[in-house]
Amino acid sequence: MSLLNDLINIDLSDTTEKIIAEYIWIGGSGLDLRSKARTLAGPVTDPQKLPKWNYDGSSTGQAPGDDSEVIIYPQAIFKDPFRRGENILVMCDAYTPAGEPIPTNKRFNASKIFSQPDVVAEEPWYGIEQEYTLLQKDVRWPLGWPVGGFPGPQGPYYCGVGADKALGRDIVDSHYKACLYAGINISGINGEVMPGQWEFQVGPAVGISAGDELWVARYVLERITEIAGVILSLDPKPIQGDWNGAGAHTNYSTKSMRENGGIDVIKKAIENLGLRHKQHIAAYGEGNERRLTGHHETADINTFSWGVANRGASIRVGRDTEKAGKGYFEDRRPASNMDPYIVTSMIAETTILWKP
Amino acid sequence: MDITPYTDKIIAEYIWIGGSGIDLRSKSRTISKPVKHPSELPKWNYDGSSTGQAPGEDSEVIIYPQAIFKDPFRGGNNILVICDAYTPAGEPIPTNKRHRAAEIFSNPKVVAEVPWYGIEQEYTLLQTNVKWPLGWPVGGYPGPQGPYYCGAGADKSFGRDISDAHYKACLYAGINISGTNGEVMPGQWEFQVGPSVGIEAGDHIWCARYILERITEQAGVVLSLDPKPIEGDWNGAGCHTNYSTKTMREDGGFEVIKKAILNLSLRHKEHISAYGEGNERRLTGKHETASIDTFSWGVANRGCSIRVGRDTEKQGKGYLEDRRPASNMDPYIVTSLLAESTLLWEPTLEAEALAAQKLALKV
Repeated sequence: MSLLNDLINIDLSDTTEKIIAEYIWIGGSGLDLRSKARTLAGPVTDPQKLPKWNYDGSSTGQAPGDDSEVIIYPQAIFKDPFRRGENILVMCDAYTPAGEPIPTNKRFNASKIFSQPDVVAEEPWYGIEQEYTLLQKDVRWPLGWPVGGFPGPQGPYYCGVGADKALGRDIVDSHYKACLYAGINISGINGEVMPGQWEFQVGPAVGISAGDELWVARYVLERITEIAGVILSLDPKPIQGDWNGAGAHTNYSTKSMRENGGIDVIKKAIENLGLRHKQHIAAYGEGNERRLTGHHETADINTFSWGVANRGASIRVGRDTEKAGKGYFEDRRPASNMDPYIVTSMIAETTILWKP
Repeated sequence: MDITPYTDKIIAEYIWIGGSGIDLRSKSRTISKPVKHPSELPKWNYDGSSTGQAPGEDSEVIIYPQAIFKDPFRGGNNILVICDAYTPAGEPIPTNKRHRAAEIFSNPKVVAEVPWYGIEQEYTLLQTNVKWPLGWPVGGYPGPQGPYYCGAGADKSFGRDISDAHYKACLYAGINISGTNGEVMPGQWEFQVGPSVGIEAGDHIWCARYILERITEQAGVVLSLDPKPIEGDWNGAGCHTNYSTKTMREDGGFEVIKKAILNLSLRHKEHISAYGEGNERRLTGKHETASIDTFSWGVANRGCSIRVGRDTEKQGKGYLEDRRPASNMDPYIVTSLLAESTLLWEPTLEAEALAAQKLALKV
């Protein structure tokens, strides 16, 4: 197969100025990622300079067949770790031909919130911990698990090493470097409590960028698992029983929280969040009720709670933050399949714009 | 191996179309030094009795070099050469569709209109031996269509490295490839070539098909250009051809587009019979096609014979998309027929008026 690799690895800059741009968008389920590629005359670094494009919305559940064009607007550019050279990945959002965001376009609203002067002034930072599970193809059973059975109980797997404890590390490691290459703000990785489950973190990212970077990181991960012949699952509770679910804990801070006396701002923000618990939960991912049970390091879905260093609470404040009197807090409620545009903008809205 | 430090000689792979009209053939020869233009290359010949194009006792078919591309497999100064086929007396053989297309594209009326083509080549990848689509369980079917169009993931995208290798190989070769995407049916892909002017469109598509067949050969996968590889609720494979002329691209072009559509509606049968074998299995009226017997057009409508994009409608100028051609169409035939029907052919006034009424086209 070396010819295929040779061709895939051709460095086009020796023969042409042209580059390939892979346009990425979110499909009709709100979680499926789609992409297609086009040739551009030369390198581009500003998304505003990229042409708008369109796709067949009737094939993604986003438009009817007799009026099928959905327009995609380029919003963020990253280097393409698969094609390398000057080739790029382009994160887009979707509009009708008339210029209205289509219903599944959650970025548009988030962008509006992040443009509000009060929000801009507070410079909201996000650190998102994306957990995910790797499944064997065809049987859709977690990677490394015996087909028709279960591995030994949780305990040895969290941050573990060894063929019997860490399953799928090359996917995680190649994803880490691919994201760094792409220009995504990936801050770390670790093996998770459930075997075959992993986590990567993106951040700190400011405002709308958090959503863009997480979505592209998810896309890069799906492309890598495709190569590895393994299935990526963002289901919040892939296996019932005494096995951890998968979340997307969202760490958050504003300028005032990061300054002296910030701990009081944090407590006020947590209070606001407590008053809008139901609204947040409804937007924090489908199927989260299977995960937020009060067991397995989660808080029960119906109860809002917070605590210092408490992984069984809805919101956790780190000991460092408590000690320094300033810092950030962690919203542990979002599920692994949450939409980061929704979660990040909602947290900003509730803590900066909303008055109880 | 890069042989340029050791010799000026280059290798030229001569490519031609065989007796079925869709099978590609090639063989290579050494040329004394790099060439820039096809006219610098010698004519050659091949054994037509082995490709169904000549009888055994008079088997030589002559190939004339028509277009040069860089060879992505051999690198260096080596080249791929697209040729068309003639009898020793200099007559194009029956399967040579390029010759007539070149005549049409040399017609002054056509030259003046600078016809542009953007061709969307769909194709299906099959597992060798079982000839069942790549990624499909042998003896069964994958989950229904929905997740595969432009999808990513091991359960949604089958054969991406073929598509990606092909993209770069074509750019390297100098083919005007403008994009790729995963298609609605799993194991099906598409690449687009264009915009190309006139006869170039055909040359570029045939060379792109050749490169694709060489790549799948290496990958151990079979390339199918069948327009309906799997019966049932599975999309077929087409070769939608986007088309515009100078006047269509200028202000007021939308009226010219409508006139062109009107002409095409009056020659529907002629076009359909030239748009690929087996197309009746694909053009059913379902799966984003229009029925083979009906001619229709619409803005943003993927269920029509001809689709006009919203952009074109909005700006009052642009191009049209003929969605009828099958994946196994001959681009020399389709591109030149489009030019002929819209630039050289004129219907009678009564026929035109009747058709305008039928299609609700005010021209």
